Amino acid sequence: MIRIIGIHKAFGTQKVLRGVNLDVERGETMVIIGRSGSGKSVLIKHLIGLIKPDRGEIYVDGVEITRLNEREIHRTTRKFGMLFQGAALFDSLTVAQNVGFGLERYTNYSSQEIKVLIKDSLAKVGLRDVENVMPYELSGGMKKRVGLARAIAYKPEIILYDEPSTGIDPIRADGINELIIMMKKELGVTSVVITHDMVSAYKVADRIAMLYEGEIIETGTPEEIRQTSNPVVQQFIHGRAEGPIEQCC
Amino acid sequence: MPGLLIWNTAPLNLKMVLRTKPSLFILFFQQLGELSLLSFKSFGNIFRRPWEKKIFLQQLEEVGVRSLPVVSLTAAFGGLVYGLQTYVAFHRYVGPGSEAYGGAVISLGLAKELIPILVGLMVAGRVGSAMAAEIGTMKITEQVDALFTLGADPNRYLVVPRVMACFIMLPCLTLFGDFIGMLGGYLYNVVAMGVNRTIYVKNTLLYLELWDILSGVSKAAVFGVIIALIGCWQGLTAKGGAEGVGRATTRAAVLSSISILIVNFFLSKLLPASLG
Repeated sequence: MIRIIGIHKAFGTQKVLRGVNLDVERGETMVIIGRSGSGKSVLIKHLIGLIKPDRGEIYVDGVEITRLNEREIHRTTRKFGMLFQGAALFDSLTVAQNVGFGLERYTNYSSQEIKVLIKDSLAKVGLRDVENVMPYELSGGMKKRVGLARAIAYKPEIILYDEPSTGIDPIRADGINELIIMMKKELGVTSVVITHDMVSAYKVADRIAMLYEGEIIETGTPEEIRQTSNPVVQQFIHGRAEGPIEQCC
Repeated sequence: MPGLLIWNTAPLNLKMVLRTKPSLFILFFQQLGELSLLSFKSFGNIFRRPWEKKIFLQQLEEVGVRSLPVVSLTAAFGGLVYGLQTYVAFHRYVGPGSEAYGGAVISLGLAKELIPILVGLMVAGRVGSAMAAEIGTMKITEQVDALFTLGADPNRYLVVPRVMACFIMLPCLTLFGDFIGMLGGYLYNVVAMGVNRTIYVKNTLLYLELWDILSGVSKAAVFGVIIALIGCWQGLTAKGGAEGVGRATTRAAVLSSISILIVNFFLSKLLPASLG
């Protein structure tokens, strides 16, 4: 469904991605792990067209998206829903307006139908009677849920999760993990999750890929990743300070 | 000290500057390029559907209606002080009794220069900086990225409605300011200083042409576009958290104010003094 071939990206002199190759199959949950600042968010933003690579190709359902112009890329973004790290809810809009934002632009539903779909999406993430609440009145966990409701409202085929468990307590983080699993089971969506939280990675992943120094250095099922002999992956998954991964960067 | 050498060795100025501070030149042209691209894209998007009507109406209110108090106050005191100085000038240099002829001078100066500039500067401080702060916050909290992923072009959603609202509301505010300012000049001269009302009004109507008001209003429309584009550009390029948003806000206000003063001079030079 998604094929990433040799993606390179640099910001000024800083090379963030140095030839990333990765395949994501339809319906699977691919978790990309890596240190903070390793380029995970940059990689995920390439998939939806927010960032253009310096070199390389990205295919979504066979369509090479890096060469599309802005209008064409909006046709591809319809397939994606994205949960941002800080939820990225629009401050000036209510919860209902946030959730209905994509529905108004991507679909031809009437306002009544949109109201029903907003309620449905909120119910799917376990929220009720919050339609008229402003985002600043919500807790961190609730914001993430509203962000997820917004991402799934127009029934995308692929959901991208940028650090879904960051900034919330472990219980709420597990709630988000359950939601990711539920989205896959009930809606059959393909998911790409980026995280450095191994508890979350093992729980939601069908496959895990590790991004290190701008490249995918290991890919496998959670069990394969646990058993790998790669010292970099071992150091990361066990959270050890000592090992081949340098402390400084 | 490279900085001192630049000033002391005139023929080497450019070479020295290029050698010592190449980043300044690159930065200047990079930023000019960014602003130009944003401007071209926004002008192109004005004619493309769908229009963000709701945001546009909100911006009309924000730029126009909510600027009325500050514009009223500055125009009133601008008119009063301009009336005061004109009264003093006529009294001192033309002679006592000639002050009533100042009506035309006051109205002309206010309509062509003072009110468009005052309105432009006030709106740049109030609205331009608010645009940079709002869009800058949206940028650093990934709301601008979220717009893109949800099918909304950030340029069409954020920039175009603001440019259009400023383009429409600045002339309206200027017209309103013209009225308040001229009223201020009239009140100071006729009511406070007791100059002859008939001569004051007759002279104003005799010498003030429609073009004088229209040229000021046209300038204001240009200032509106400058304020919105600079405010949005600064917001969309904000980096580095709260500090970056603060910097973008200040830069938006300063850059638009300076641009307004510079562009005003060239517009005054280019626009004909009279259509007659």
